[in-house]
Amino acid sequence: MGSVGAKDVPVLLSPEGLRIDGRRVDELRPIKIKAGALKHADGSAYVEWGENKVMAAVYGPREVHPRHLQQNTKAVIQCKYNMAAFSVDERKRPGLDRRSQEISKVIAEAFESVVFAEEFPRTSIDVYIEVLQANAGTRCAGLVAASVALADAGIPMADLLPAVAVGKAGGAIILDLKKEEDNFGEADLPMALVPQSGRLVLLQMEGHMTREELAKALDMGVAGCRGIYEVMKQALRDRYAVTPGPEGSA
Amino acid sequence: MSEEVTSEILTTHILDLAGKGKRLDGRGTDEYRKITVEHGFVTSADGSALVRIGDTAVLSGVKLEPGKPFPDTPNAGVLTTNAELIPLSSPVFEPGPPQPGAIEVSRVVDRAIRAAETIDLTRLCVTPGEKTWVCYVDIHVLDHGGNLIDAALLAALGALTHATVPAKRFGIAAEDYPLEVLHYPVECTFVRLGETIMVDPTFDEERAAQGRLTIATDETGRIVAMQKGLVGAFSPDDIKAMVERAFVHGDRMRLIAKGGVA
Amino acid sequence: MGSSHRPGPRRRGHAGSSSHPSGDRVLVLPGEEIASQGLKPGPGTYRVGGKLYASVLGLVSPQPPFVQVIPLSGRYIPKPNDVVIGTVTDAQGTFWLLDIGAPRWAPLHMTGTPWQVEIGETEKFLRVKESVVVRVENLDATGRIGVTMLGDGLGKLEGGSIFRISPARIPRVVGRGGSMIQTITQRTGAQVAVGQNGRIWVDGDPEAIHRVREALRMISEDGLRSGLTERVDSYLRSTSRSDDEGVQVPPSETAHRDASESHFASTPPSEGGDEPGDQNN
Repeated sequence: MGSVGAKDVPVLLSPEGLRIDGRRVDELRPIKIKAGALKHADGSAYVEWGENKVMAAVYGPREVHPRHLQQNTKAVIQCKYNMAAFSVDERKRPGLDRRSQEISKVIAEAFESVVFAEEFPRTSIDVYIEVLQANAGTRCAGLVAASVALADAGIPMADLLPAVAVGKAGGAIILDLKKEEDNFGEADLPMALVPQSGRLVLLQMEGHMTREELAKALDMGVAGCRGIYEVMKQALRDRYAVTPGPEGSA
Repeated sequence: MSEEVTSEILTTHILDLAGKGKRLDGRGTDEYRKITVEHGFVTSADGSALVRIGDTAVLSGVKLEPGKPFPDTPNAGVLTTNAELIPLSSPVFEPGPPQPGAIEVSRVVDRAIRAAETIDLTRLCVTPGEKTWVCYVDIHVLDHGGNLIDAALLAALGALTHATVPAKRFGIAAEDYPLEVLHYPVECTFVRLGETIMVDPTFDEERAAQGRLTIATDETGRIVAMQKGLVGAFSPDDIKAMVERAFVHGDRMRLIAKGGVA
Repeated sequence: MGSSHRPGPRRRGHAGSSSHPSGDRVLVLPGEEIASQGLKPGPGTYRVGGKLYASVLGLVSPQPPFVQVIPLSGRYIPKPNDVVIGTVTDAQGTFWLLDIGAPRWAPLHMTGTPWQVEIGETEKFLRVKESVVVRVENLDATGRIGVTMLGDGLGKLEGGSIFRISPARIPRVVGRGGSMIQTITQRTGAQVAVGQNGRIWVDGDPEAIHRVREALRMISEDGLRSGLTERVDSYLRSTSRSDDEGVQVPPSETAHRDASESHFASTPPSEGGDEPGDQNN
């Protein structure tokens, strides 16, 4: 994401160890999640995370289109990550591009790692992620939104999938990069965690780190995911709250 | 939730009700669902608006970027309208290249914006023949509960009326300035159900309809675009009556788009 | 994630037995641990390393020797003997395909109808977009859903209207001991057939159908709060014309009347029921 008129590299870390938006190195941006944000999907969620705004919808399990993608022993999980043309500074041309296709693939594989797809052979679970406003970390925001949407759609799975990017900027390992840190930093490491097992099902890296830095980044990312996980669970609890009345039953 | 296959029973019921001047959701035949406009929803756009008509939700973002004018109109800016009926918004939309439905929405909205001279394209020109602003109006349907065209133009108009020309960012002027909007086109869509004409159709009403007519009006009393869609036909008398109603509804929607109270 | 860790039975349970609020019902999310109390993993759960976890969003329901999670959302998951309402999406030479809101379309074979259908003449009996009441007969490992139209109360639907609601809300539509559905039919004079798949057929005068629709909307939008029957009753009373009350529905000879009546007989309302046996009604 090139920013127009970019000049010098901004100071990404102050002498006091604070980042350009005043966060500590291991601090997440504010995150808000709404489960059930759309009327016509089987499940949906809307995520505002820093300046990211992302909508996700799940349809299915349903009949597979196109038919040749059908698998005889399990549901096929199809993911489509897409950025709205107006979601970035420089207008993005609508339609498929290689970046979106790669992100769609790794997100689909992350979900295949936790969804009990063999309960629905010969069907499709379609996951749609629309980035409406982008400020670094959209694949993680999209994955979080889609995970809540899958739970909202009643899809059986081992766990929710919290995700976050860790990176390196100003020489420090930092959690949850925003745009300037992504553009001018030294590394970006998005990941998604299965909290129940403590394992990662999405991991990418761009940039460079030492092995010590990577070890630190992994620990920081896992801790960050556990923070996101709580927000995801609360969003679902808010939607499906059971509020017994005075007589305690219907 | 809309059905992928609308049952004949539901269609027949909608038609029976229409014969009695009634609708499934209890509205009158000449009544819109609740309309809301949220301006500035997307800050990465130069102007944006999220429009809801009932359970239809459409987001439009406007972006302005420097570009080259077309050779045959060296003094005019460029306006591009693009609508995406993304599969997130409905079980009936599939991924892939733009479907005819999306293209129709784009083109009908584009015609209304253009014909109404919503923005003065010559004002977008920076250096004749060399540099001009390109104004992209992108429309994203988020939730498809019927009547996409009205929601799409309303969102586009809401985005344009609150757009800023990012002149400073691109080094074209010292300061950014508001995009000047000269006219306020608004579309008003009707369907024919049996012999009854209804405004603002829901998804299921569109499926049951014997013809859809969209009429775009502006605040000066001009009709600036029309589009007959779906299978079916309208009589000239019906069309004249719809035009009258389109102005009444249009004036109310113009207020909403500008941020006024309906 | 090793799927090998997960034992059967893995088929998801049905919302049928209960989604009503009560103190002992715990909301769980996928991946959350469930206190097993020595119970075996039932539908909506999985086991890893001796611990039980929820696999779906829902309410924990101990049904010894199993503990299961009853989903609160999602598509209709068929189970044998469910009576469901479907719409024809395709007519083939010897069968029709029905959209019953399940993950897959359900084939209705021509021999599963009371009609003498010749091969290639399925469309003479049922066309695309027509609707039927059928019973789920069997499910196979490939996810194929076998349905039949042979049986009391099953058949083609004519007239009225069809509305949709989340299948997880069907127990609320029926109500404890049938209280909700009785309230709705008595107060409106409408005939109502409730499919376990969340499709609800309603017949009567337009005003009655509209009031049933509004009542269903209340049930659909209401949180899982108690006192719902009273609130729906209050709405229906406030909208009733005095001559609506106690109107006898004229007998009808079409299949739909049978459908609605015997449907209730064959699917006892089970909102209050916590017994595993309710699952098979």
